[in-house]
Amino acid sequence: MIEIGGFTALYIFMLSAFTGYEVISRVPVILHTPMMSGSNFIHGIVLVGAIVVMAGAQTVLEQVIGFIAVALSAGNAVGGYVATVRMLEMFNPKDKKGEA
Amino acid sequence: MDIFIQVVYFVAAVLFILGLKKMSSPVTATGGIVWAGIGMVAASLVAFFEPHVLDHVDNLVLIIIAIGVGSAVAYISAKRVQMTDMPQMIAIYNGMGGGAAAAIAAVALVKKASGTEIPGHELSGSIQILAVIGGLIGAISFSGSAIAFAKLQGLMKKTIRLPMHMIINLGLFVLTLIAGAIIGFSDDVSIQLVLLFFVMALVFGVLFTTPIGGADMPVVISLFNAFTGLAVAFEGFVLGNAAMIIAGTVVGSAGTLLTQLMAKAMNRPISNILFASFGSDGDAAAEEDIAGSMKEIQGTDAAIMMAYAEKVIIVPGYGMAVAQAQHKVSELTKLLEARGVKVMFAIHPVAGRMPGHMNVLLAEAGIDYDNILDLDEVNPEFPTADVALVIGANDVVNPVARTNPDSPIYGMPILDADMARNCIVIKRGKGSGFSGIENHLFYADNTRMLYGDGQKAVGELISGIKEM
Repeated sequence: MIEIGGFTALYIFMLSAFTGYEVISRVPVILHTPMMSGSNFIHGIVLVGAIVVMAGAQTVLEQVIGFIAVALSAGNAVGGYVATVRMLEMFNPKDKKGEA
Repeated sequence: MDIFIQVVYFVAAVLFILGLKKMSSPVTATGGIVWAGIGMVAASLVAFFEPHVLDHVDNLVLIIIAIGVGSAVAYISAKRVQMTDMPQMIAIYNGMGGGAAAAIAAVALVKKASGTEIPGHELSGSIQILAVIGGLIGAISFSGSAIAFAKLQGLMKKTIRLPMHMIINLGLFVLTLIAGAIIGFSDDVSIQLVLLFFVMALVFGVLFTTPIGGADMPVVISLFNAFTGLAVAFEGFVLGNAAMIIAGTVVGSAGTLLTQLMAKAMNRPISNILFASFGSDGDAAAEEDIAGSMKEIQGTDAAIMMAYAEKVIIVPGYGMAVAQAQHKVSELTKLLEARGVKVMFAIHPVAGRMPGHMNVLLAEAGIDYDNILDLDEVNPEFPTADVALVIGANDVVNPVARTNPDSPIYGMPILDADMARNCIVIKRGKGSGFSGIENHLFYADNTRMLYGDGQKAVGELISGIKEM
């Protein structure tokens, strides 16, 4: 694995923060809820960390907490994705013509 | 293999940012979530090939079971839930992410306490402090989101305030911070203290959220969304995982901006929403005298009024969502348009329980989003509108926000429905809105009240127009 330490970490943090700010600043109001749901899905990436942590669990306590971490993060990712897709489907112009 | 893992994480991070970017336009939004989804699947798969992950078969089996359980529960609930209940589902999925981040921190700290470490990830120095902070934020987001869910789902109707709530909250928060600092700076971490720390953080999340009224929940959910993002980023530092750091931080800052936008739309500082109970202010203001009386109208009369109008502006609110009236509203719109009436929708930024909540519902019902206008676009239209039809909205059309400096909502931008020639208000009963403030619009000379559940009342309007 690569080492991310000290100032490199700080730079990544700073640049990512500005990126998030810029990306959302031009979102029309009608997309605010789907956008919140979409960003909610994206922090489901915590699943990756949960997998790594659970894999390294050695005691029963660690396994229990790790299990909770993996289950919750999977829920975050899957639920966030399905909810966002369902909301965005309604903005799909093709579907609308089909209904009309 | 190591390089391959890093490349996939890198690509995933790019896909997340591009996905979010695409989600900012209605045309490309669906593609955006798919891109982000691809990034997520790829990153999750390569996580299994991180060093040491494949070492313990029993843990691996547990991981697969956990993913299966978590995904199945979330998938089924997300598929089944009504569109109107989406805000609380976002809250609960968000809480899950926060809980997961807190759990990662808990494992890292428990390992530190027992003298071991997550393979390849030593916990010390600033990383240890970040693990504690991330754990704290994640735990607050977890329990706070659960309360937000309970409130919006109607499981918890009252705003519970303990005596001296603020002082208890503050005291608990300080204690949690002290425990966190001891854990964060110590080389000899006590496992009991770690567990106590997380219990206190969870209780704080509950106490922090319970006094906040349901109307302010969107702002709170958005704030927790940002919290979870930050927590994920901090645990990303703990695990040296760039994808978690970038995705978490992007969500953290985007969520913070979104929270600010929402609070701004309500014209209240975030601190006011979080630390002052809105409801108790409103009760006091509700005592004032109001000139005039509420005048009732029958569905058929209201239907005639609308059918012969040139321009109708519909103002939907949470009442429309609760009554699931959006499809009826869409039918009414089509009938009116067929008669040559120009129909517009006026969406207040905080109508419903989330920004854009109304837009999602109207889009679901098949209403063209070109006819859905936001506050600044639509307010100049009201003076020339023949009818403003308010469906289950209350505080966002209350003229006291413009006129009465003593009102708790004074200064909040509102939709000027009172400026329309006629105003028809569909309302279930005579009660006041979420803020508990009497609405002067309902007593105005040009306002008529159409009592009934949103779906039933709009149904009356439809049959009224059809009979003509």
